[in-house]
Amino acid sequence: MSQIQHAVPDAPIRYTQICTRSSSCSSPQTSSSAAAAGTEPPSCTGHRGRTPRRKWQVFPGRNRFYCDGRVMMARQTGVFYLTLVLILLTSGLFFAFDCPYLASNLSPAIPAVGAVLFVFVMGMLFRASFSDPGVLPRATPDEAADLERQIDSTGCSKPPPRTREVLINGQTVKLKYCFTCKIFRPPRASHCSLCDNCVERFDHHCPWVGNCVGRRNYRFFYLFILSLSFLTIFIFAFVITHVQLISLEISSMFDSFTPRCTILEVVVCFFSVWSIVGLSGFHTYLISSNQTTNEDIKGTWSKKEGKDNYNPYSYGNVLTNCCAALCGPLPPSLIDRRGLIQADTPQTAHQSNGTGGGSYAPTQLHSHMVGGYHPGWLQHGGGTSCQFCCFHAAKISFVPLTFYIY
Amino acid sequence: FHNLQELRHSASLANKVFIQRDYSEGTTCKFQTKFPSELESRIELTLFEETVKTLNNFYAEAEKIGGQSYLEGCLACATAYLIFLCMETRYEKQVLKKIAKYIQEQNEKIYAPRGLLITDPIERGMRVIEISIYEDRGSSGSSSGSSSVSGSTAR
Repeated sequence: MSQIQHAVPDAPIRYTQICTRSSSCSSPQTSSSAAAAGTEPPSCTGHRGRTPRRKWQVFPGRNRFYCDGRVMMARQTGVFYLTLVLILLTSGLFFAFDCPYLASNLSPAIPAVGAVLFVFVMGMLFRASFSDPGVLPRATPDEAADLERQIDSTGCSKPPPRTREVLINGQTVKLKYCFTCKIFRPPRASHCSLCDNCVERFDHHCPWVGNCVGRRNYRFFYLFILSLSFLTIFIFAFVITHVQLISLEISSMFDSFTPRCTILEVVVCFFSVWSIVGLSGFHTYLISSNQTTNEDIKGTWSKKEGKDNYNPYSYGNVLTNCCAALCGPLPPSLIDRRGLIQADTPQTAHQSNGTGGGSYAPTQLHSHMVGGYHPGWLQHGGGTSCQFCCFHAAKISFVPLTFYIY
Repeated sequence: FHNLQELRHSASLANKVFIQRDYSEGTTCKFQTKFPSELESRIELTLFEETVKTLNNFYAEAEKIGGQSYLEGCLACATAYLIFLCMETRYEKQVLKKIAKYIQEQNEKIYAPRGLLITDPIERGMRVIEISIYEDRGSSGSSSGSSSVSGSTAR
């Protein structure tokens, strides 16, 4: 806690910058890198040190929290707003301009089904975007020290190997050590370079959803893209129907405003259908074989790696795999965002490494770059993202550095 | 004789032992039952093993994929997961409540009298079971009390 108090006098300018950069002042600070962690910009929230602080305010990862820690998203949410706009605009135009005609000429069930689909899509989108994907909290200093002792005791003169091998269902799996989180990552976990967190059962970081997709929100993500496929196809089909029906009635289609909106909807739906339906198909395949996007892209369980290579997590049966992914128990969040900070709560290893607010950013940069170890680049598959998204691993790698330089 | 409050006042933290996860059965939550050498003089092997095995059973039951979890999953999906605003998930009930109660009980009955304290794994991100070893601060030597170290059970 003393570290946080040091931070304030050292870098007041940085706080003003953070305050103006954050999307809205009603949403408290991005609990991001450097000295921002744990200190509130006074002009934004008007709170002072007397109110009990919640754990999300000192969260070491690069996430944004809203609604007093109830909502958790990635740092860059621009593409998420684009997703929202596209869905709302297309659906809005459909309900406003096509549904009245279709309801009266065809059936009132059409807008009803459309509304149900729309509500489901939005619900799943918010659930996928706002929930904790399964972030693993960083190791406490005692744990980190204990692990270091164990690692050092095994090695001799060379730097000790920071991997552990585990036999899972007959398959050897390597557990890697995460330098940022100071833990040995559980199997299937991966460190996301954009969010700077280790995530359990890491699938990918989805910019469209504005969050990582991991163990806790994979089913919401999948149901979102599945229901969005249905919604897109539904809107596409009925808009075409509408256009066809109208063209039978009137001679020129371009007289009224309605067909222009319709054409916009057709264009958006047409391009969305290919990508969304394709993505749904891909994730259906992943679910049925119980793989993550990360594993599939790296070819971890492909036969090319070796004849005896198989996926040890698969239940062997497509139906069981699907049920396990979608209907399995939903684990609770491990990071306790809304918990109050106790005076004697062990600070994570990440925070305790800093020597003070002013020198925090360079220290962090240093600790990431020293010795050639940079978790953002070398240690993990954090560059994975949606196959159908425009982001490639190379582009994503540049992003963490710009944050440090700021 | 010894209780948790006494530990707070009369003992100091000497060491911490971490029981790591056992991933041999995949990603399900299971802890190693290997007996750490630091605890050899403090507690009997059977008691320690029983604690860890019971915890493992609790976690296995919580993560079990069977009739009840399917029902919960399908019902939740049908209500667009809004039902979780009213009720907590089966996993939460099992993991947070049942296990917290069990650990509290074990601490009071078995571990605190021996100068040990188990921290609920959920406080450590389900990575480790942290067992704190306490030494009596005073000159009374071998006897030791118990204290709660980091607000572990205050959730």
